[in-house]
Amino acid sequence: MTCDICGKKKATVHLTEIVDEQMSEMHLCEECARQKSAQMEQQFGLADLLAGLSDTSKTASNKDADKNVLKCSRCALPYEDFRKFGRLGCGECYSSFKEHLTGLLRKIHGSNQYLGKSTATSNDPQVKIDLKESVALLPSNSIVDLKKQLQSAIAAEDFEKAAKIRDKIRNFEQKD
Amino acid sequence: MRIEELLNHTGEWLRGTGPSAHIVMSSRVRLARNLEAWTFPGKSGKKDLEAVLKSFGEAVNRISALKGSTLFEMTELDQVDRQMLVERHLMSHEHASNPEGKGLLVTAEEVVSIMVNEEDHLRIQVMRSGLNLSEAWEIINAIDDALARELNFAFLPSWGFLTACPTNTGTAMRGSVMMHLPALVMTKQINKVLAAISKLSFASRGFYGEGTQASGNFYQISNQVALGHSELDIIQNINGLIRQVIEQEEQARQALLLQNKPMLEDKVCRSWGLLKTARIISSQEAIELFSMVRLGLDMGILKHVDHKALNELFIMIQPAHLQKIEGKKLNAFERDTKRAAVIRQKLGGKDV
Repeated sequence: MTCDICGKKKATVHLTEIVDEQMSEMHLCEECARQKSAQMEQQFGLADLLAGLSDTSKTASNKDADKNVLKCSRCALPYEDFRKFGRLGCGECYSSFKEHLTGLLRKIHGSNQYLGKSTATSNDPQVKIDLKESVALLPSNSIVDLKKQLQSAIAAEDFEKAAKIRDKIRNFEQKD
Repeated sequence: MRIEELLNHTGEWLRGTGPSAHIVMSSRVRLARNLEAWTFPGKSGKKDLEAVLKSFGEAVNRISALKGSTLFEMTELDQVDRQMLVERHLMSHEHASNPEGKGLLVTAEEVVSIMVNEEDHLRIQVMRSGLNLSEAWEIINAIDDALARELNFAFLPSWGFLTACPTNTGTAMRGSVMMHLPALVMTKQINKVLAAISKLSFASRGFYGEGTQASGNFYQISNQVALGHSELDIIQNINGLIRQVIEQEEQARQALLLQNKPMLEDKVCRSWGLLKTARIISSQEAIELFSMVRLGLDMGILKHVDHKALNELFIMIQPAHLQKIEGKKLNAFERDTKRAAVIRQKLGGKDV
């Protein structure tokens, strides 16, 4: 088997990724694998989060074409640059890239629901968050259990089971 | 305030008292904010950066809580001065390396500092002594409110405060606590504790912040998550975690005393002796010895050591501080000599 990236050397590293129960496999030679993992380690691991979010090779190519031209309507930052460097250019980028950021923010923070303070000048008064209510939003026992199960599935290298549990956790957090 | 005046004292947060000060050295809360009207600093030219700095300066003048503070423009400081501000934990390495359009506001006792045009337009931080995140939050919340009345922040009701890096989006708040965990290191439990911390979505770093190795048994622990929880919620979560780590460290200290008291006393007293007599010392060695002396002090093995003096030494023995104290450039060897002299003087070591 030859490497999926360079297509020349023998593939010795086999990467399996499971997203929403869809399994995709990559077979890489050592050199390409090292390069890929070096790229992923940049930007405090943000790059690998982004890579995980990006559509893998098997999805429709017109989506990729969209991404190539997607730019912020205000500062003109290309979405591709954000993917590479992990930094947004202005406040408007959040609206321009909304579709992509919704998933990304959830991946990073485990939630994409803002529960913090409102700005002193903000015109639309935020609902004041009751402290007790916020505490109630902390992970309940069942999610803690799920996370434990996830850890042990990973430890046992049962990745298909792990992916199922992870999706359960996500569903759970979405309901919150 | 001229930058040299900072040398006459160190930050109030180093006073060495406060809740759980025997294990927690200091607490810090920071908020990231961006001005709605400009692109983020990374995407801005010199003119825009200067305009942001100017409007920030004008806003500060109208805020009574920030009276008596000083706004340094980075381009007006030389490299050693900028390094000195980094060593005092007032700003990041990144902020010192490329000075154009950047500024730093510092209040009189160094409780509050605000980096202007770092990764975000404003990075506000408040430092307190001991485990005191709640107080740090109260102070920073009031300053943030005052600034928000003067400046329009980039904010969406659904996602909160908008920042250059999506890891900060939301509350844009990071709470962090500097912990001294020598007993967990000596009993070889520290990796287990750090692994548990990272599993709970908290980060641990070295004494000098992001990207630094832990040295002298000091670990900085902070939250990673900024969405899905309120600020107070996040602070309560950190407090809960830190209390557990404190308990573990206390247990490990008791275990050390029970198992091998003479060995522990020997280690502490030798460290104290070295610090008071050494003529050449690297910062790495100094910090490791400080750690042992601090442990001895906290466990009652040493009694007549000034806690505050010890804390201040962490700042004073760093390269830029040594050079400012000496008033000239020093090479690595000269710094090691000067460092030993500063330590002897501060700890009252008699010249033998």
